[in-house]
Amino acid sequence: MGAYILRRLLATLPILLGVSVLVFGILHAVPGDLVRLIAVRESAAITPEQEARIRHQLGLDRPLAVQYAGFVGRAAVGDLGRSFYTNRPVTTSVLEQYPATLELAGAALLFAVVVGGGLGLMAAVRHNTWIDNAAMIFSLGGLSIPIFWSGLLLIYLFAVRLRWVPIVGGLGWKALVLPAVALGYDAAAFIARMVRSSVLEVLRREYVLIAHAKGLSERTVIFRHVLKAAMIPIITLIGLHAGRLLGGTVVVETVFARQGIGRLAVDAVLYKDYFLVQGVVMLAALTYVLLNLVIDVSYAWFDPRIHYQ
Amino acid sequence: MSAGLAASGKQALSRPAHRSAGRLAIFIRRLRRNGAGLAGGIVVLLVFAAALCAPAISPYPPNALDFAAYLSAPAFAHPFGTDEQGRDVLSRVIFGGQVSLRVGFIAVSIAMAAGVALGLIAGYYEGWTGTFIMRWMDVMLAFPSILLALAIVAVLGSGITPLMVAVGIASIPQFTRVAQSSVLSTKEADYVQAARVVGCAPVQILIRHILPNIFAPITVLATTGVAAAIITGAALSFLGLGAQPPTPEWGSMLSNGRVYMEKAPWMMVFPGLAIMVTVMSINLFGDGLRDALDPRLK
Repeated sequence: MGAYILRRLLATLPILLGVSVLVFGILHAVPGDLVRLIAVRESAAITPEQEARIRHQLGLDRPLAVQYAGFVGRAAVGDLGRSFYTNRPVTTSVLEQYPATLELAGAALLFAVVVGGGLGLMAAVRHNTWIDNAAMIFSLGGLSIPIFWSGLLLIYLFAVRLRWVPIVGGLGWKALVLPAVALGYDAAAFIARMVRSSVLEVLRREYVLIAHAKGLSERTVIFRHVLKAAMIPIITLIGLHAGRLLGGTVVVETVFARQGIGRLAVDAVLYKDYFLVQGVVMLAALTYVLLNLVIDVSYAWFDPRIHYQ
Repeated sequence: MSAGLAASGKQALSRPAHRSAGRLAIFIRRLRRNGAGLAGGIVVLLVFAAALCAPAISPYPPNALDFAAYLSAPAFAHPFGTDEQGRDVLSRVIFGGQVSLRVGFIAVSIAMAAGVALGLIAGYYEGWTGTFIMRWMDVMLAFPSILLALAIVAVLGSGITPLMVAVGIASIPQFTRVAQSSVLSTKEADYVQAARVVGCAPVQILIRHILPNIFAPITVLATTGVAAAIITGAALSFLGLGAQPPTPEWGSMLSNGRVYMEKAPWMMVFPGLAIMVTVMSINLFGDGLRDALDPRLK
């Protein structure tokens, strides 16, 4: 198992290298000259000497390959430069906002797994009944309603009309519920569909019939035999959606005026704070890659037939 | 003699293997049997028609100001109400369809053209070239697609054209993957081997013999891709990075409606409803298309 994890870690290295090239490229693909952009933003006329000095400070006067090597070297020790605006280290700003985003994505994932999984399971066990139909209508809604709209509707209903939760901001679980539901709805819809079809397929297998024939209660058959076997495709889906949830925070954090790296990313793009854009994009990709690693490793726990080859 | 044989072989191979008219009839019959898919298709056509005929059917010009009627609730004169500048929300929703559909279709066209070309090359030349292309796609897939689009907007700037390019580029990997795996499963088929034996050039084999056979999965992906691109495009406009005011666009209308949520909830209800109905119809049509084009993909 240890060797497998190590091999899998090594396999992510080329991906991370590619990610670093793309992130490095952001800064160099910007049309116009970066130093001029900074000067225009500061609305200051700069002399050629000052321009040369800033260019030298940022390392932009060196060959591209040297700049890239420097970028990777610094990124490896957590130095992603300083924000054009606040002049604070990018790593500090990004890591400060990261826990809020993880909290939101985690709560959304929990909602998606509990509600989506529960509905999918009920729909399969009560196949072709009103429960099944209701679960599938819930799921169709989740697949078609954009996150930003469901977020606004939730705010309107629960904050503006019913006044159960604060409209924006606030602390604690009350402030987390609506954003987590808005963010997790589409994942819940996918998970409900996948759990339903996986469980329906497993329910038809012989060993489930035998378990029933042995006189085991329905609860035991479902939880001990059916769910475990139906878990592999479900985990894959959860892994895929965890990444999407991370992307979704970009929108949800803005809708609910929450702190987090999603909102930081939007502000960084709006203010053309390129080092900050690099930092957020880098952290999101790192999280995504690591998440996929965890998902791959967790397969074996659910399916003993997989032997880390 | 052998040159003559090769020439006649090429001629025979260049003829379509199936009669396209027959295939089209089967396709239409299958699609008609799928109620949800058909209904989705009809609604998509209606949304399209409304967007195309927007100047003729919308009751007011999209940017006509009427400060006397600002924030009016839905009524006969303004069925979807008015916004903070007295502009008719119904007219703006109809015109907004033009922008959102254009973003969806052009972004998917960009993604499809680049993605399929890369996928064909990666699938046909499996060696170093193929590996290089597919590893790059893995790298692009390591970013949540909206964040990748956001990074591209950071480089290109905000506006509708950069938005379409950004959403398009972010969707390339899906097309490349599907095209590549389809090529891998098609290229060992007898008719492709035969084309190679009679001396067809790789480009000819790819375009004339392999491309028509990956048409079904690519069409299905393109259909659902349009729905996804409409959502991503609207999301970026909602964040202020796509369509700029006063352009009527569903995402930016929602962003504006958020501010007046308490006084004028209709400002955020109708643009959102328009996105939902369009996306749901395209997805239902896509499902129907998948079943009709290739029942094995079900």
